[in-house]
Amino acid sequence: MESTRIVKNVGSLFAKKWLCRQVLGRNLSVSAAARGKALTVRDALNTAIDEEMERDERVFVMGEEVAQYDGAYKITRGLWKKYGDKRVIDTPITEMGFAGIATGAAFAGLRPICEFMTFNFSMQAIDHIINSAAKTFYMSAGAVNVPIVFRGPNGAASGVAAQHSQCFGAWYAHCPGLKVISPYSSEDCRGLLKAAIRDPDPVVFLENEILYGLPFEVSDEVLSKDFVLPIGKAKVERAGNHVTLIAHSRAVQTSLEAAKELSGSGIDAEVINLRTLRPLDMDTILTSLAKTHHIVMVEQGWPTAGIGAEISARISESNAFFQLDAPILRVSGADIPMPYAKTLEGASIPQAQDVVRAVKTMLNQK
Amino acid sequence: MGVPVFGVLAELLGRKGGCARGKGGSMHMYAPNFYGGNGIVGAQVPLGAGLGFAHKYKGDGGVNISLYGDGAANQGQLFEAYNMAKLWNLPCIFVCENNGYGMGTSAERASANVNYYTRGDYVPGIWVDGMDVLAVREATRFAKQLCVDGQGPVLMETATYRYSGHSMSDPGTSYRTREEIQEVRQSRDPITSFKDKIINAGLTTAEELKNIDNEIRVEVDKATKDAKADGEISLEELAADIYATNLDGPVRGLVSGDTFKHINIGAQVNAK
Repeated sequence: MESTRIVKNVGSLFAKKWLCRQVLGRNLSVSAAARGKALTVRDALNTAIDEEMERDERVFVMGEEVAQYDGAYKITRGLWKKYGDKRVIDTPITEMGFAGIATGAAFAGLRPICEFMTFNFSMQAIDHIINSAAKTFYMSAGAVNVPIVFRGPNGAASGVAAQHSQCFGAWYAHCPGLKVISPYSSEDCRGLLKAAIRDPDPVVFLENEILYGLPFEVSDEVLSKDFVLPIGKAKVERAGNHVTLIAHSRAVQTSLEAAKELSGSGIDAEVINLRTLRPLDMDTILTSLAKTHHIVMVEQGWPTAGIGAEISARISESNAFFQLDAPILRVSGADIPMPYAKTLEGASIPQAQDVVRAVKTMLNQK
Repeated sequence: MGVPVFGVLAELLGRKGGCARGKGGSMHMYAPNFYGGNGIVGAQVPLGAGLGFAHKYKGDGGVNISLYGDGAANQGQLFEAYNMAKLWNLPCIFVCENNGYGMGTSAERASANVNYYTRGDYVPGIWVDGMDVLAVREATRFAKQLCVDGQGPVLMETATYRYSGHSMSDPGTSYRTREEIQEVRQSRDPITSFKDKIINAGLTTAEELKNIDNEIRVEVDKATKDAKADGEISLEELAADIYATNLDGPVRGLVSGDTFKHINIGAQVNAK
């Protein structure tokens, strides 16, 4: 077998890495060099929080099960053991209360990381996120900035039904005063969570449970303690010429899978990973539009007033509209509460073939 | 601590000399050690508990005082805040200013338990005559010391009364009688009764107090005049201070293509 031959004939380190890539099969970061270390999204988040807590003693984590349980999804594993009760705090199941407490602590200049076990529960606390955190800087005429991060898994998971599957990207991206991040890869998660924690404004950091266990290859630069990515800048994950797929979070994975399939049909898709939902990186989007003249929005959240709707509107109301060779299409979650049954759930969230179908429809219409 | 008279009046009128440059208004005033004014009834209590949390975290010996009314006393988030404040021994004094009415609904019609000082359950509570200046001062002194000694949180109910309506649009008489208001004004007014107390104790004379009144009247009148004469901030500040670090370039205005420049004016006390 090829791999065994290589192991025999080439140095074992190279072979190990090569085998690693074959086994993991998810070498999806365009910027990663041919060599790199595998890092799961979970570990990316964990190390980012750890390093920022080490760097700045005002940073603390508060949320349900973040301390002694090591985190409901193990994102905060090991942190309580390292930093203790003062800086990693288990809360009662009282989102409105602890989001308010975390926000008040931010008023006083601490740097809280407030975890929601999922963003579905953030609705209980949303008054504090919007009215207490997002608006205070403006209402105080610039006196009191609120350096807080609200983070946790967002959107559909698997088999958790309607109340646990909503995507809140559009809701939070709607509000001035917030910065809203929706990362995809381990590189995204490390760089953007560090940036979020260092940012002097309130940041909503929307993770994805399904991505937590996914390993990505990352360069040494990504692993360095001061690796910070700019909030508000999208990333072209895959360059292409015929159509632009714009996505965030898990939908980036879907889009990359679709791009692979489309290439088999001779359609070269460019995939943009938004990384940040507010502010939106329209420059990257418009540059791509000028090249491909075709846009398909891909998201897991509901279509009505969603991220795709917003980008579509911004393009339509500007001269960039004339760059389009076809109307913008949106691929989104179905406009229904999430059902529990497996096949129904599968039919409620866009898969790669749905994106392929949208692209082929668009291009045939020309 | 606090804001001078002019800063408050100008803020009420939305003028640039206001303590929030007119951008906050009556419900959102900010000053060193004063974090509003919160427009969402009850929200200030968890926020206050968070400020108390920060005092404890920093070990600076500070104490937070969070004030709310009888109308806010039934908000769920208060109990969430009491619970965490008690679990973590936060240096917080939660003060319920019970003036008998939440907007137009009397305390008895809103609360199954009107003994607000007991509503903290496991949080010790003190009932205070809110119309007695000295009682309020001593109770606060006591509560503050408890907190400084690490024995917080504490709850205080100050029994007081609201003479006027809830707001400018409420005459305040559709839900109570004028006689009730008059009765309180005559028998329990905090200023009149304190005045009587210190005169009777020989600590001052009616004339001295009249002089103080006149001095303050002059000061307040001037502040009122200045506030009324003050202008509003210009439209250039419409998009000022939305973010400490704006990452989005120009801020969208009313019509596609309209933009405002985001600028920073305020002190950003937590930016570093």
